[in-house]
Amino acid sequence: MAIIRYPRFSEFQSPFGEMERLRREMDRLFSDVMGRGPAAMTSGVFPALNVSEDADKIYIQAELPGFKPEDIDISVEKETLTLRGERKPEQVENVSYHRRERRTGKFQKALTLPYAVNADGVDAQFKNGVLKLVLPKAEHMKPKKIAIKSE
Amino acid sequence: MADKDLQVQEKQELQTKSESTRNVPMFVPAVDIYESQNELTLLADMPGVPIEGVDIDLREDQLTIRGKGAAEEQNGTILLREYAVGDYYRQFTVSNAIDREKIVASMKDGVLKVVLPKAEAAKPRKIEVKTS
Repeated sequence: MAIIRYPRFSEFQSPFGEMERLRREMDRLFSDVMGRGPAAMTSGVFPALNVSEDADKIYIQAELPGFKPEDIDISVEKETLTLRGERKPEQVENVSYHRRERRTGKFQKALTLPYAVNADGVDAQFKNGVLKLVLPKAEHMKPKKIAIKSE
Repeated sequence: MADKDLQVQEKQELQTKSESTRNVPMFVPAVDIYESQNELTLLADMPGVPIEGVDIDLREDQLTIRGKGAAEEQNGTILLREYAVGDYYRQFTVSNAIDREKIVASMKDGVLKVVLPKAEAAKPRKIEVKTS
């Protein structure tokens, strides 16, 4: 089981679109020059996740095509999110494969979140093969505005 | 193969000289193609593509599958970004032995399934050898 601590990329904040396009151009430049892109900034553990946050929620998305919702197991405990699942192969008989690129099998990934979350309020949706999780931050973790009293 | 854990597959970006008009990357979907006695089945992983975003085109002998990813939602600040969201494109050459009128396509959970039935002439037929 892999525990992920992700790096903080300050350059990924706004303006997001420009930076992403610049990064993609740089990737293309690298792969042209060296024949291989620079090391991807992923943990290497399936599935690939996109995590973002706003003031009171954490949003996580994962691409899980061909998985059935009953084969995906999501559990949250304080600051750790654990995703577990399995993609079963197609049940076909007497066929010969010309191409077999889609992988099947089990996966397990644990992600350490930057905030404790309220496990009761987690919302999970699975649409078009994309799993979307919305995790509300635990009350004591939300940023609090402090008013300045003037004398 | 079922016992091994799933590994991350880097999404393959399409290397073409022509650019798409949409400002999103174009990926090559992972595909399974298998053949049974009566038909050819193609399964393509296109997560994030709704049914209305799928375009299948068959002209002459080229089968083209295109998937338009749903627009990515931007919620707050990005903390981790391990994959990019974009469109999918893949093109295959199909032999004339396919019955074009009967091709059936369906989309479920981000997986496109195209069933291409073989034309009668292409089905395996036993040929009897007679003694002369």
